[in-house]
Amino acid sequence: MQENLFYYILCLADSSLIMGHRLSEWTGHGPMLEQDIAISNIALDLIGQSRNFYQYAASLMGDATEDSLAYLRDAHQFKNLLITEIPNGDWAKTILKLFLVSAYQFYFYQNLFHSADQQLSAIAEKSLKEVTYHLRWSSEWVIRLGDGTEESNRKIKQAIEDLWSYTGEMFQPAEYEKNLLNNSVSVDVSEIKNNWDGKVKNVFEEATLKYPEEKNIWMHTGGKNGVHTEHLGFILAEMQFLQRAYPGCEW
Amino acid sequence: MENTKHDTSITGIWKIMEEIYDPEIPVLSIVDLGIIRDIKLNDDEFDICITPTYSGCPAMDVIAMNIRMQLLKNDCKKLKITQQLSPAWTTDWMTKSGKEKLKTYGITPPVGKSFDKKNLEELQVECPLCHSANTKLISQFGSTSCKALYQCNECKEPFDYFKCH
Repeated sequence: MQENLFYYILCLADSSLIMGHRLSEWTGHGPMLEQDIAISNIALDLIGQSRNFYQYAASLMGDATEDSLAYLRDAHQFKNLLITEIPNGDWAKTILKLFLVSAYQFYFYQNLFHSADQQLSAIAEKSLKEVTYHLRWSSEWVIRLGDGTEESNRKIKQAIEDLWSYTGEMFQPAEYEKNLLNNSVSVDVSEIKNNWDGKVKNVFEEATLKYPEEKNIWMHTGGKNGVHTEHLGFILAEMQFLQRAYPGCEW
Repeated sequence: MENTKHDTSITGIWKIMEEIYDPEIPVLSIVDLGIIRDIKLNDDEFDICITPTYSGCPAMDVIAMNIRMQLLKNDCKKLKITQQLSPAWTTDWMTKSGKEKLKTYGITPPVGKSFDKKNLEELQVECPLCHSANTKLISQFGSTSCKALYQCNECKEPFDYFKCH
């Protein structure tokens, strides 16, 4: 049970950290000042949420700290959703990625709030307040881009094509997730799929975008079990460089 | 900071906490913000329970450090700082005097209660400089997680609004 819980928390921590890290790549490069600030704030929220999860995970293991978990594990040990490690691409792709993930996190944390694990419930309660803002902001941008100019519409349509095959993984539980269902610790992701579909359909409709209705679209998986795309290696090389080059360094 | 020593009972510790300020908004104490949730004394060790405002707020680490330093200055060597995530911090816990201090400082304090769940666009946010209610939202995100950026249509000055959370 402890190992299942540890892996589950890492999955949540890693997804938030990698998502936050990717978004922070826009800092200083945003299309306009407000959007630069907005996306940096969202990245900060996500990294803060990951800290809460890492601190909890570290408390379950005697010799780990939030920093050792974030900075000293290798790619095959990370359990983040694959969609979080996909490169930002253009603004449309980043917005769509943030929208799809925020919608997932919104329903996920609503559900996790009822977890039998008190600490997970507390982290969910706090994260939900911030994710609500992320979802609102990114939904508005999806609509702005979809129902915008010919160029913005084309770009966000391309983003849907590029990212859709990474959405399935969100609703496919890993073994450790399934094992925690019996004690009502983990979220039953099959229960939130309908909510997510509904939200995405609503926003896409308002954005004049087509929701991919094809059945049996092949979906990428593996992230939750440490099988990642080549992108994660590059992220970690940059993110972990300092801690690995100067072990134990402090501010 | 004055190096006056305070009485080190629980009441005394609360008074010390009132002199620890938010590093980003130095007119607000951590008591004004509702960050200190409880102070207990177990044998001779103080247990200070704090709650973070926003998950990623970088000021929280500085605040924890300042709590330690202030208490050390007052000869409180045995202390523990615990972080409580639930119930989640809300601007509803901000004191009335805290809100007044924000306004004087030039940041419009939170309007309404967090459970109202009103969208920023629906709020009437007053300019802290000329007090006009004719203002517009520029961005729901500002220079820190807790603030949004507004502009006054009357005096044309931009200003920060402390978001209801």
